[in-house]
Amino acid sequence: METIFINIEEFLTSWMVGMGLAQPWADLIITILQWTIIVLIITVNTIVLVWMERKVSGFIQERIGPNRLGPFGAFQTIADTLKLLTKEDIVPARADKLIFKTAPMFFIIVSVMLYAVLPLGNNMAVVDLNVGLFYFISLASLSTICLLMAGWGSNNKWSLLGAMRSVAQMISYEIPLVFSLLGVVMIAGSLNLTDIVTAQNRVWFIILQPVAFIIYFIAATAELNRGPFDMPEAEQELTAGAYTEYTGMRWALFFLAEYTNLVAVSVLAATLFLGGGHGPWLPSWLWIIIKTYLIMLVFMWTKWTFPRIRMDHLLSFSWKVLIPVSLANILVTGAGIELFRWMGW
Amino acid sequence: MSGMIINDLVFVAVAGFTLLSALGMVLSRNIVHSALALILTFLGVAALFFNLGAGFLGLVQILVYAGAISVLIIFAIMLVMHSEPARTNLFNTSLGTHLAGAYIAALLTLSLSLAIWFSELPQIKGKTVEDAVGMLAQLFMGNYVIAFEAAAVLLLVSVVGAIILARGAKQS
Repeated sequence: METIFINIEEFLTSWMVGMGLAQPWADLIITILQWTIIVLIITVNTIVLVWMERKVSGFIQERIGPNRLGPFGAFQTIADTLKLLTKEDIVPARADKLIFKTAPMFFIIVSVMLYAVLPLGNNMAVVDLNVGLFYFISLASLSTICLLMAGWGSNNKWSLLGAMRSVAQMISYEIPLVFSLLGVVMIAGSLNLTDIVTAQNRVWFIILQPVAFIIYFIAATAELNRGPFDMPEAEQELTAGAYTEYTGMRWALFFLAEYTNLVAVSVLAATLFLGGGHGPWLPSWLWIIIKTYLIMLVFMWTKWTFPRIRMDHLLSFSWKVLIPVSLANILVTGAGIELFRWMGW
Repeated sequence: MSGMIINDLVFVAVAGFTLLSALGMVLSRNIVHSALALILTFLGVAALFFNLGAGFLGLVQILVYAGAISVLIIFAIMLVMHSEPARTNLFNTSLGTHLAGAYIAALLTLSLSLAIWFSELPQIKGKTVEDAVGMLAQLFMGNYVIAFEAAAVLLLVSVVGAIILARGAKQS
């Protein structure tokens, strides 16, 4: 069970080479196949997650949640997807059309590209990049611009305000996010995600780096623009922030990208702090799925239990609390590493 | 040999993309479009780094330039813009500016091509560096630590200066 996907991949490659295809072409086809599967995973995950989000919020608010379509309302999201696909695509007359139309595309492309380095099981990353973590961080920083494009292109006050808020928030919270990851990198001594998983053979980094994990979790919530940090799309004041003017499939792309980012951030948390694929009895890829879903459940839990935070409080929380604490965490981690080395561990 | 050709094709495609987006930046009449084309240019430069096997530098290029600096540029544009967006980046039509621009462009092209033509470009042989990040860290924190720290202090001073400028000094 452990190596089932790798075995399938190797079998397919050898079969294609056996059919007389040159090795590079076979590798190319395998890569395309891998990306197709990733997009498939993302889409299916989103359908499940939207349903899960509704059920969890229903549970927390003492409602039933979706319950009409299928068992426990499981087909509700599929019906919603069909609705979104058939909706009219409206482009506002005074919008900056080029930017308005390309913003959701760039957003989803950036989100999907994050998955290139994530190990979805032992040796199951698409690219085993030796600066994998850094790749993740720098690509994630690009999604800021896509939101800015959406807000600007819509030519609408709410959209622009929402985009400005989200950019201010994402830039502020990117710093503690990266600093919190530094502690993990210092202990593992590598930016390669596979190496970081291997370094957690004996003890998970959530035990060695609890502060970093909490900072990462808070900063990631803000980066994802999820509640309680969802000021950029605060419905009561901004309608839907940067997404106000979007309809139908373009809006659905934003929605898809947000859940794609949620899954990516959760997989990264599982990889960096919860030992990746390590775990007893079950194969590694199943452990990744279980851990990812646990983390996403906590994300949903926080979203539906905490009230929204005011914008200035949000920013000063990042600059005055999270950044100093994460810097102190780096200092303590460095001192700890030196201490253990001195003690001869 | 075919590897070389593929490499060259990739370089031509990436360089062409970079040049096209740079042209888009210069020729666009809407300054926000210019800024976004500048981001594409940064991404193209990052791809050039990747093509040269300097993955870490390419990622730094994306993180710092495409992800952070360009956002600041767009923010600044949005905050100071007050006229119709489609006419914010107009061309200067006077003959004098055209001539001056052509002169500076010719001068730059000449000096750059002379520099490239006369400098020795020894080909790096041997394996690609595996642990590029570690080596960069050794250089930053070892040989060039003073320059590194000086740059850090310079940036800090400019940030503090910007904050003072933004808040405004007290009238006394």
